[in-house]
Amino acid sequence: MELATVWFILIAVLWTGYLVLEGFDFGVGMLMPVVGKNNTERRVALNTIGPVWDGNEVWLLTAGGATFAAFPEWYATMFSGFYLPLLLILVALIVRAVAIEYRAKINDPTWRKNWDRAIIITAWVPSILWGVAFANLVRGVPLDENHEFIGNFFTLLSPFALLGGAVTLLLFLTHGSIFLALKTDGIVRERAESLAKRFAPISLVVAAVWAIWAQLAYSEVVWTWVPLAIAAVGLALAWWFSLQGSFGKAFTANAVAIAGAVVLIFGSMFPDVMPASNDAANSLTVDNASSTDYTLTVMTWVACFLLPVILLYQGWTYWVFRKRISVKHIPEHNELTFSKD
Amino acid sequence: MSLTAGETLNLRNARDVSRKELPVEALDLARWQFGITTVYHFMLVPLTIGLSTLVAIMQTAWVRTGNEKWLRLTKFYGKLLLINFALGVATGIVQEFQFGMNWSNYSRYVGDVFGAPLAMEALAAFFLESTFLGLWIFGWDRLSKKVHLATVWAFSIGSLMSAYFILAANSWMQHPVGAIYNEETGRAEMTDIWAVLTNNTTLVAFPHVIATAFLVAGTFVAGIGVWWMVKSVRANGDGPENTDASMYRTAARFGAVVMLIAGVGLLVTGDLQAKLMFKQQPIKMAAAEGLMNTEQPAAFSLLAIGNLAGNDPESVKHVLEIPGLTSYLATGDWDAPVTGINQLQEIYSERYGATTADGETIEYRPNLLVTYWSFRLMIGLAAFSAALALAILWVTRKKQVSGALWFKRLALVAIPMPFFASAFGWIFTEMGRQPFVVAPNPTGSDQILMMTMFGNSDSVSAGEVLTSMITFTVVYGVLGVFWFRLQKRYTSEGAPVIAPPPDDSDDEAGKPMSFAY
Repeated sequence: MELATVWFILIAVLWTGYLVLEGFDFGVGMLMPVVGKNNTERRVALNTIGPVWDGNEVWLLTAGGATFAAFPEWYATMFSGFYLPLLLILVALIVRAVAIEYRAKINDPTWRKNWDRAIIITAWVPSILWGVAFANLVRGVPLDENHEFIGNFFTLLSPFALLGGAVTLLLFLTHGSIFLALKTDGIVRERAESLAKRFAPISLVVAAVWAIWAQLAYSEVVWTWVPLAIAAVGLALAWWFSLQGSFGKAFTANAVAIAGAVVLIFGSMFPDVMPASNDAANSLTVDNASSTDYTLTVMTWVACFLLPVILLYQGWTYWVFRKRISVKHIPEHNELTFSKD
Repeated sequence: MSLTAGETLNLRNARDVSRKELPVEALDLARWQFGITTVYHFMLVPLTIGLSTLVAIMQTAWVRTGNEKWLRLTKFYGKLLLINFALGVATGIVQEFQFGMNWSNYSRYVGDVFGAPLAMEALAAFFLESTFLGLWIFGWDRLSKKVHLATVWAFSIGSLMSAYFILAANSWMQHPVGAIYNEETGRAEMTDIWAVLTNNTTLVAFPHVIATAFLVAGTFVAGIGVWWMVKSVRANGDGPENTDASMYRTAARFGAVVMLIAGVGLLVTGDLQAKLMFKQQPIKMAAAEGLMNTEQPAAFSLLAIGNLAGNDPESVKHVLEIPGLTSYLATGDWDAPVTGINQLQEIYSERYGATTADGETIEYRPNLLVTYWSFRLMIGLAAFSAALALAILWVTRKKQVSGALWFKRLALVAIPMPFFASAFGWIFTEMGRQPFVVAPNPTGSDQILMMTMFGNSDSVSAGEVLTSMITFTVVYGVLGVFWFRLQKRYTSEGAPVIAPPPDDSDDEAGKPMSFAY
């Protein structure tokens, strides 16, 4: 297999890691006010991702860095072309990081309320926009002969793309509620369990509609029906296991569904990495967008050596913090307010 | 067929100039945005790098000696570190994305080389940093003492490694090595990753930046230590029963030693870096000295007057100078000739082309006002740290503590100074590289170079860049206010008193977390 193809697959792997991991981070953020009716309950939800959310986000930085290194043309066209959606995502990620860290630093209800709002909004925004971005990759965007994006912000907001946004949103809501059902206890767990049971079927239906649309309208190959089917079965099983109360299995099934969706997205693009919707000759492909074999070889060695190590220590982190959290585990807030300033 | 450097440059200009009529404004805005977001980000990063290591040392001291003052200091400075890290890591995401967003032509040209260290940074450093920070923050009661100590070291090593990779990337823009220009693809392509990672520019920039990080963090630790020692002595006296004062004295002296070591490191690495830069980017260093015409020996200018702002070399007059010092800094020889800006402009014009494809004269002189003064501010502002370090070592000698108000004030003034010194250092090195975004390597390929004006994104309008510039500036500004208020509040709270360990008869499974958001 060509190295450029290997890296196309590796980048899909990195995105899978990102969407599976930060998917539930976003879900927890969006659902924080629903599963947590008071401050302590909201803290139960937030602390399920407390030790891990930052490490999860690195999957995104790695996917970005790997795209730059392995497919500079793709990185350049995609990031400049999706300018405003990326700006919104960036602002959300910035505010979110600070909000999670600063929320409990000051014991003041207004302070907490405002950071809570920030945590919620900054989970909703990227949850929708990532889907919009991926749907645009599947659908293709107008590119000129120098591979420059020639559409505008509204080009990116087609019905197909917006439905894609709804898909990631629902996937993450389901994923987050299953994660909460798995990681919490008491009243938060009860609420999360009932949410998971309700989100899972909606997510299955909407994702299926979008995926079949993608397959029929934009995929040129037959084999992408396979990941589509896997994703659909994954979502159906996530629903089934949620109804059974087996949230560990439901979580795995939902993660498999997300991975299936990524394979469908990348598979339908291949051998393009960014199809041109106006003229296929202008498309960025695995070949014309990639780095040299030398650079790809170097990066392959680095990735093959480091990714297993990363998986090991990130996995260990989840093991260390494997216990369920409930209201009794949440310590008192510190006494600090700004009034003593 | 091989093109000359001038032809290559002009070819690239010709390709881009036709599409360059409108985005000139977008270019300026993109440069401002890069400057704003990068300087802001790099105000926070040195503190994270330095302080994570210093906190790791404090925690090590606690684990090894069992002395509770080290645990209190670890927790105290650890909280300040976390407040800082959150904003630093958040603003770092923009750094990786804006190359593609605002500088897509640059990204297309350099990606084959420049992308590799960025991807390595994420794989090798960011994962380590972020994952182990989570373990450290939440792991106080979940991990054994030694494993928990290892997590803070892993965090610190991750932040140091991240500095190495990003400096390897930046150094390639200062001094491209390990790559060739491919005429067919029109881009720089990597031929030797080892050469890129062991670029001599990186090898001196890394210790210089790390020394800066330790100067910033050492001043921070020492300054806050002094401030609290003075406060504690004034409230509770300077007797041996005031253990708080003695603890803060320890922090102050620890910070002072770090500052002194970092200071020596900065002098040595700065000197090495200057000598290297005189060879690699002579016009940057001539601009730093305001050296308009070749001199032998060349003096070091302490104060220059004239129209630096108008980049008018003829009007610049030096009023205070140290004879021969620039010659010495450049070459190690007090009598050596140093080429001036005007002569270098001619040399560059001859070698890399005098005009662009549409006939405009290429100005190889960087902005003199900015380079000259940022260089001096970088050096000058670091002097506050030196003053504080010496004052601490003298005032707190022989187990003494002090309640002197001047000492507290000096500490407060000194704390922010190395942050600014570091920022001016970066402004100098990046502005001094202009008009290039990838400066040509005088002993390397003349075809690997890129002027900043050809690096930005053709598909991004001035309005879009303006939108993002304003958005980031406002968001960063607001978050910066919260950062400052929290740092101030947590500093004024002082080191926490360590609660006695919880009763063992407690229900282990129902025990509250030692830390929670």
